[in-house]
Amino acid sequence: MERKFMKGNEALAEAAVRAGCRFFAGYPITPQNEIPEYLSRRMPEVGGTFVQGESEVASINMVIGSAYTGTRAMTSTSGPGLSLMCEGLSSLAGYGFPAVIMDVMRGGPGTGSIQAAQADYLMLTRGPGHGGFKALVYAPADLQEAVDLTGKAFDKAWEYKNPVFVAMDGCIGSMMEVVELPETRSFEREEFPIYSTTRFGQVDPKRRLSTSMIISEPEQEKWNFIIAEKWAEMERKECMVEEYLTEDAELVIVAYGTSARIAKAAIDQLREEGRRVGMIRPVTIWPFPYDSIRKLDSSVTKKLFCLELSVPVQLIQDVQIGAEGRFEIETYGRTAGQIYTTDDVTEKLRGMMK
Amino acid sequence: MEKIYERPHSLIEERGNSFCPGCMHGVAGKLIAEVLDELGQQENTVIVYPIGCGAMNGLFIEADGIVALHGRAPATATGIKRSAPEKLVFTYQGDGDLASIGFAEIMHAANRGENFAVFFVNNSIYGMTGGQMAPTTLEGQKSTTTPMGRNIETEGAPMHMCELVSALERPVYVERVALDTPAHINAAKKAIKKALQNELDCKGFSFVELMSNCPTNWGCSVEETLPFMKEKTLKEFPLGVYKDKEEA
Ligand SMILES: Cc1ncc(C[n+]2csc(CCOP(=O)(O)OP(=O)(O)O)c2C)c(N)n1
Repeated sequence: MERKFMKGNEALAEAAVRAGCRFFAGYPITPQNEIPEYLSRRMPEVGGTFVQGESEVASINMVIGSAYTGTRAMTSTSGPGLSLMCEGLSSLAGYGFPAVIMDVMRGGPGTGSIQAAQADYLMLTRGPGHGGFKALVYAPADLQEAVDLTGKAFDKAWEYKNPVFVAMDGCIGSMMEVVELPETRSFEREEFPIYSTTRFGQVDPKRRLSTSMIISEPEQEKWNFIIAEKWAEMERKECMVEEYLTEDAELVIVAYGTSARIAKAAIDQLREEGRRVGMIRPVTIWPFPYDSIRKLDSSVTKKLFCLELSVPVQLIQDVQIGAEGRFEIETYGRTAGQIYTTDDVTEKLRGMMK
Repeated sequence: MEKIYERPHSLIEERGNSFCPGCMHGVAGKLIAEVLDELGQQENTVIVYPIGCGAMNGLFIEADGIVALHGRAPATATGIKRSAPEKLVFTYQGDGDLASIGFAEIMHAANRGENFAVFFVNNSIYGMTGGQMAPTTLEGQKSTTTPMGRNIETEGAPMHMCELVSALERPVYVERVALDTPAHINAAKKAIKKALQNELDCKGFSFVELMSNCPTNWGCSVEETLPFMKEKTLKEFPLGVYKDKEEA
């Protein structure tokens, strides 16, 4: 373990290297630029490869190529770049390839704003691309958690042979904090089995011929069942959540990332005033911790409050699914770098609780 | 009796191919298989296929590979070659794939001087999707999206990829060959071999354009595609070496 005072994006890049990442391709976009900048210096030191792609489209396809060889590969981007990558992201899932994608979120829609926001919730959690695929999405709330989840993201991508996202808002990427960095893990290129269908759909164990379009329709359908089962398994096993003072809470905030960090400070203040407020913080935004909402006692909890750096608030769609109509739901969203302070949040909550 | 010709080992035995009768994609695939045999590289090869008819060569060439996304083969090949430099990596792409949707990827891979080869099959049409206009469609040539023939005032003029790629600093070898006559096919095989040898010798980026046909979507007989190529396509797209850093 090494303790260091680091800027978020650089700590994330270093965490990726220490998790065995040896290939990075990416295209400049604020607020994630320090990730490729750092890796352009760092990759050569560990015998890895850094490529500045000509676009996000090219970058994700480079990652696909590197993943094919069994290399731990990664890209990073923000909203507009993520949109451009969608075909490649869907195809990583379609090929059954592991890779890590860091999304340092800014405002949207469109070019939006370069300032920190949490604008990609629905895109990430519904599978960013065509075909109804799914991928784990880790949403850290501070830099230490971001570093820790980066290592986990690589392990899970390799365990499931599926893309994994680490989604931070720009605050986490841009701030400086003390972090404990893990030991560097060495990772050899490791060719994994490929669902190879050379001879008109028969699986050919001798060949590594990868395609996300299998010519034989029955083989294609079989493959769909295989990957769908994998996504179902992730949904059963990989959900992570923090429940903070929810048991007696009259009002439960649902928030992730930096919003959850602000919410926590607000809760601590309100608790001192004797107000019973708690929080459900999804650590994975897919799979979403529906059970944490389902198990709330509606004779105690009256209201849910979605706090998100997005206008309109996006995570309400999942909160509604978990709430099953049992709770009143209110929202508070800001965007374009207009970040609510702890006082803004406490004031809102006091108003709601009377 | 002495064997003077046999089926390339790099072709899967029990199948012919599933291209339309007379399609030259099959010729290109066979030439590549022969060269892989001759270079002893069958087991060490990763072929990056396109989206388009050419991807079907993956069903007949017995080698590892990946069907890349439409147009992105040069980016995917970059990821493979940079991560596994000991492999022989090359892309095989059609003209819609390479010169339209994948124009940025091919130009930038060429400009970086990636150490792999690109085989570009120019049949001046989108084959797989049913005969729409390609960037290489000839002026006046009919397609399903240029029913009156390509009008350069509104659709632009045919794009000459060898000329564009050879204008860049980094490529080492750029040649346009054709698959229409035995003499041209022999020359095409030499070009394919040279491009792959360049890669094995770590010389850098090679680009071979293979002039081809599409009887189905040109709407003519196989025989008629040959004079069309000779009189029309090869006039628009002159054969020859556009760049060879060895020779220079
Ligand atoms: C992103 C995307 N857009 C469009 C398509 C549909 N598509 C499949 S093949 C093809 C054109 C292939 O034409 P060309 O590259 O000239 O190759 P050919 O089939 O003629 O060999 C298109 C447009 C696709 N698969 N993906």
